[in-house]
Amino acid sequence: MSEQESTTESVLRIQTAKPEIPIDTPMRRWIMQWGTAVVGGVTAVGDLAMFTWQMFVWMFTRMPRRDTVLVNFYQVGVLSLPVVALTGSFIGMVLAVQSYYQFHTIGLETHLGVVINTSLVRELGPVLAATMLAGRVGGAMAAVLGTMRVTEQIDALTTMGADPIHYLVVPRFMACLFLIPALTIVADFMGIVGGYFYSVIILGIDRAAYLHHSREGVVAFDLFNGIFKSIFFGGVIAIISCYRGFNCQPGAEGVGKAATEAFVYSFVMILAIDLFLNIVLDWVYFSFYPEGTSLF
Amino acid sequence: MSDSNPPIDPFEQDASETQAEESAVAVAERPLVEVENLEVTFDGQTVLKDIDCQIERGQTVAVIGESGCGKTVFMKTIVALVQPTVGRVMFDGQDLSGLSPAELAVVRRRFGFVFQHAALFDSMNIFDNVAFPIRQNEEGVDEAEINDRVRQHIGEVGLPEEVIYKRPAELSGGMQKRVGLARALVLRPELVVYDEPTTGLDPIMSDVINELILNTRRMYPVTSIVVTHDMHTARKVADRVMMFYPRRRLELDQSQILFDAPPSQLEHAEDRRVRQFVRGEAGDRIREMSQGMG
Repeated sequence: MSEQESTTESVLRIQTAKPEIPIDTPMRRWIMQWGTAVVGGVTAVGDLAMFTWQMFVWMFTRMPRRDTVLVNFYQVGVLSLPVVALTGSFIGMVLAVQSYYQFHTIGLETHLGVVINTSLVRELGPVLAATMLAGRVGGAMAAVLGTMRVTEQIDALTTMGADPIHYLVVPRFMACLFLIPALTIVADFMGIVGGYFYSVIILGIDRAAYLHHSREGVVAFDLFNGIFKSIFFGGVIAIISCYRGFNCQPGAEGVGKAATEAFVYSFVMILAIDLFLNIVLDWVYFSFYPEGTSLF
Repeated sequence: MSDSNPPIDPFEQDASETQAEESAVAVAERPLVEVENLEVTFDGQTVLKDIDCQIERGQTVAVIGESGCGKTVFMKTIVALVQPTVGRVMFDGQDLSGLSPAELAVVRRRFGFVFQHAALFDSMNIFDNVAFPIRQNEEGVDEAEINDRVRQHIGEVGLPEEVIYKRPAELSGGMQKRVGLARALVLRPELVVYDEPTTGLDPIMSDVINELILNTRRMYPVTSIVVTHDMHTARKVADRVMMFYPRRRLELDQSQILFDAPPSQLEHAEDRRVRQFVRGEAGDRIREMSQGMG
């Protein structure tokens, strides 16, 4: 019996004994820092996924009130129009300036329009319009929602029986989803006008030849490519900006940080989505047009 | 069709009426808020632990305590803005943590919440702020009725009609708090929660808010929870005072609620910490803070 007891005691002693690991070593600190970063990252992605899921559930189960939708459509669409139009026209002109001397040296300056227009509708129009809107619209969304979080206005909504995601996020998401593609079309159009103006009016390229080559070089799929991507850009700007605003830290610094991060994360995601969708859309394009199209 | 119905036994009918009356009495006697074994933890830090209390219908409870003692968390847990880590909060016999967001939204119509800094919506004028709960929760109410109710509540908190088309930023702190009170009362809630209603106001405006809390209680059959640092407010409006103490400064077996009695007993509290708080004396706090204990 006593032998059995001593065996049990020794087993217990082994089971309860703490391993002798030094408390603070560089390796331990390194593992802890990485562990914290990984857990934090996974938690944030999960939280963002839940946030997005809740938004889609609300969007497809109960439409937000008309007045909240209209206000956001006005702020995203109408108020962004001048800056997007201006940006678009400058991009078109800059492309003309940058490309002219290269094309002129090989005598192909009449083909300038096709390069400007293709670059604009496929890539620069959607990406630069989305970047501009991530700053103007996304930053503002994060700042407004962050301020509402800090001043307890989001809690006030909850206590009055309103779901903050339904009331605040869904209208903003809808505004970005529908109007950023529309603004991209405006940016494309103004870029084409700007490119034409600089090439034909300032640089004196033959108008008829410029228009002829421009028309031939851009196919409907190019236009579709740009607009299709802008739908995703709009969605990601709204989700990231609203999420950052909702999770804003207290104080003026917290609101500033939320607005900055909303822009930075939106911009990174715009470029990542752009790469991914370009790969997918290229695959689709070459399925429809195995020969491809030539700019010249 | 009526022939197929069984005849009503008058004795059975009496019994069912008695049962209904008994259950109605039971509902009326049941506390409006019951907090059981509540624990709230944020990022590994326990703010509230082992909190048990009940708030009777019609009662006005002042929750006092120093900064960081968890009184705001307690209040937010009661209205389900914060979820308990352990334990539960029952409102009118309903466990709030077991409700879906849609069910919670329905229960929250029975709450009114007056925020510390009013939390009025900047994007709306005063009229729309006060009308918001009606538009959000009562479908089919026409604008004429909304207009009447908003003006009535604006009047009840002593604000002139001219303010209704102003923006919150154009009003003083006291006026904003009164708008917040009007907004909280517009749905005739059963429970009104005030988060530090007099903080940041001058003594006169603070007393105006105290009088409005008392008036609200006279006009409507509400239960109120007032979270405050202001002892004048606690004494004037409450018929029960609960004092919380920061969890980190207590031993494991000590209760976080140091005092739970009518305000008249505050001065005679047995606990030295309660008397110290009531009198506003620093006591050993400076030494404790310098030693990193508080």
